[in-house]
Amino acid sequence: MTESDSALSHLDLETPEKPFLDANELVINMGPQHPATHGVLRVILRLDGEKVLGLECVIGYLHRGVEKIGEHRTYTMFNPYVDRMDYVAAVSNGLGYCETIEKLLNVEAPPRAQYVRVILTELNRIASHQLWLGTHALDIGAITPLFYTFRDREEILKIYEKYCGARLTTHAFRIGGLQYETYAGFEQDVRNFLNFFLPKIDEYEELLTTNRIWVERTRNVGIISGKDCIALGVTGPVLRASGVKWDLRKAQPYANYKNFDFDIPIGQNGDTYDRYLVRVAEMRQSVRIIEQAVEAIPEGPIMAKVPKVIKPAVGEVYHSIEAPKGELGYFVVSDGSTQPYRVRVRPPSFVNLQALDKMCRGQLVADVIAVIGTLDIVLGEVDR
Amino acid sequence: MNSIVQYIQSYLASDKTPGAAGNMFWALVYIMLVFVGLSVAVIAMNWLERKILAHMQVRLGPMRVGPHGLLQPIADAIKLLLKEDIIPAEADGLIFWMAPFIVVLAAFTVFVVVPFGPTHAITDMNIGILFMLGVSSLSVLGIVMAGWASNSHYPLIGALRSSAQMVSYEVAMGLAVVSAILMTSLNATGTGTLSMIGIVQAQQAQGEWFIFKFFPLGLIAFFIFAVAMVAETNRAPFDLAEAESELTAGFHTEYSGFRWSLFFLAEYSAMIAVSSIAVTLWLGGWLRPFPNLLSGGIWELVFSFFPGVTFLFFAAICFYNTVRMPKHPLFRIQTIGLAAFGVVLALIGLVLFIPAVSMRVQDIFWFATKVAAFMYLYIWYRGTFPRYRFDQLMQMGWKVLLPMGLGVLILTASVALLQQKLWHP
Repeated sequence: MTESDSALSHLDLETPEKPFLDANELVINMGPQHPATHGVLRVILRLDGEKVLGLECVIGYLHRGVEKIGEHRTYTMFNPYVDRMDYVAAVSNGLGYCETIEKLLNVEAPPRAQYVRVILTELNRIASHQLWLGTHALDIGAITPLFYTFRDREEILKIYEKYCGARLTTHAFRIGGLQYETYAGFEQDVRNFLNFFLPKIDEYEELLTTNRIWVERTRNVGIISGKDCIALGVTGPVLRASGVKWDLRKAQPYANYKNFDFDIPIGQNGDTYDRYLVRVAEMRQSVRIIEQAVEAIPEGPIMAKVPKVIKPAVGEVYHSIEAPKGELGYFVVSDGSTQPYRVRVRPPSFVNLQALDKMCRGQLVADVIAVIGTLDIVLGEVDR
Repeated sequence: MNSIVQYIQSYLASDKTPGAAGNMFWALVYIMLVFVGLSVAVIAMNWLERKILAHMQVRLGPMRVGPHGLLQPIADAIKLLLKEDIIPAEADGLIFWMAPFIVVLAAFTVFVVVPFGPTHAITDMNIGILFMLGVSSLSVLGIVMAGWASNSHYPLIGALRSSAQMVSYEVAMGLAVVSAILMTSLNATGTGTLSMIGIVQAQQAQGEWFIFKFFPLGLIAFFIFAVAMVAETNRAPFDLAEAESELTAGFHTEYSGFRWSLFFLAEYSAMIAVSSIAVTLWLGGWLRPFPNLLSGGIWELVFSFFPGVTFLFFAAICFYNTVRMPKHPLFRIQTIGLAAFGVVLALIGLVLFIPAVSMRVQDIFWFATKVAAFMYLYIWYRGTFPRYRFDQLMQMGWKVLLPMGLGVLILTASVALLQQKLWHP
């Protein structure tokens, strides 16, 4: 038995529980059109009454062949495509891709570009967590937080719009730095947003953190241990809520995250409530990072010396960043031509989705909804 | 001819409800009035819920159909009526067809005994409250039928949830009601009443609303009922049976068009019905606030102005918004419409100042105001609370509310007995 086998063996995913009193088990098809599957996820549930005996995810309804498209575009042309994977965190996707190609080319973006990248990426993390919070609360039945988070997310999107003209699929970064210099008043806009946003986090927390029903609905729901998370490859806030202090921004600093002072919030129980607390705490940490970055933004060029036609030497590179949903990795193989030989994406949502079955066994139907919400998946990224 | 006129007039001087007085004509008139009033209330409630919820959620709500979306419920009703009537091929046709009617019937029939005033009820039954609880719990039958007949998974789960929910909450609800009924027997003869009008009159005679009686026993019983009634009507945070994010639409997933709108109608009139029970049992029904503290001729006069002032206030809101309407010609019809609506409200308000009218509608006004407060609570809950999970809901019904209800009942009975034996031997 190899070591990886022993790591997975304790998961015991193959033996479902016996139905209670031989009751007929009910097989329900949840999705792909369902209000709470965050897109077009299809889940086949096996139920005993309301109890989940097991489930299977069927994915691929949003498959657009992003990785294959990458093989037929030049390195520069492929850049906007990655925005369409995790469309609520497009900036993070772009950062990951640009840094990967920079690593392949052996160039580094100039300091000013690095700072702007950090600011925009952390804003994006906030926006992604806001969208998650709103929809997660909506799934559990609290309809009001959704509108609060969307109201505040709008301010972030406005900054993006002013910076690069797009709000959602921003294509904000270029290989080697930035295409656009920041607009006049960018720093002030970001500072204004931070001042506006900090009290809003308290507002969300006021609605949910101590709400009795919210706590009852999320505490001890969808528990997953840190060990299981590692065995399944789960990363991001889900992993951290299970008590594993693993954040790529600290573990293998990329961009210039080593210059900033921030904490990694972790949970203890690995339940839905902890994942909620971790993500809310992460929003506060992102605010801290942006505060430091916006004060320290240096002057200087925004583009490194990158040839017009990008033709990396033969080779391969893997680079991963801490996207809002977990480890977002790019594996790019170059055959020396202008187009990548292979672009492989390691999407956090796809890997995290594996844990769904493990987290839902023995829980109720209502918990499946809560767990899908708490995994924070984006189907664009799962299917690519 | 004269006898017909006399027959029609005969009721006006009566101090009984038309049903109890055996006056068929007025009973029919009241039935029509209640039916129309209820339909209007449901339409108004629909608009108000959207608007209030929208404003809680930093958005505007309906704004396009009519000024401030006032005609939106009517537009929706027309849309629903015009929709294709779909009965799924695999559904049990007859039961599928019957289910919404049972639900609506149950929701509307309870209003036979709801006392809007000492004489303003269709009839007064000596078993009024039992009738109300009995009939209103029939609606679960319709829901189970709908879920079963749809022959589909989600409706079935919705129906199962609904029936389990009703069973677990009706017991606690019944216990709370019994403790209120016990309080009606605290009089010289020591006999209580189940009649809805009798219950309010008992509160009047004792000079105290039952919510304040034996503080805090009345309050706890009221609280139990207030929780159970939300569960009973399948509203947030207990809207498991139609939990949108879990069961798409629960028991009425397969329903569309007119049949769906019947469920909708039933849900809202059930909300009004249970609120009426709560108002009647604990909040003094049609009695105006502070009858002891603020009594006397002047206060009577002041309180008789309330209905008119309320309508004038609504009219003033309309006029204020008319002035704030955009001046663009596109909005001209809407502006005129809003002004006309304000004028209608103002006219109603002025009519309500006529002493003869205000005398007769005052009790209806206070009753409606109290019910409206409950309706606002329903909307507020919906905007604030996440949804309970199935097992947590059952746990709360059986493990929290039921023991509380039993305790309150026993304590109320003991205190009532002590009071009768010790203080009034």
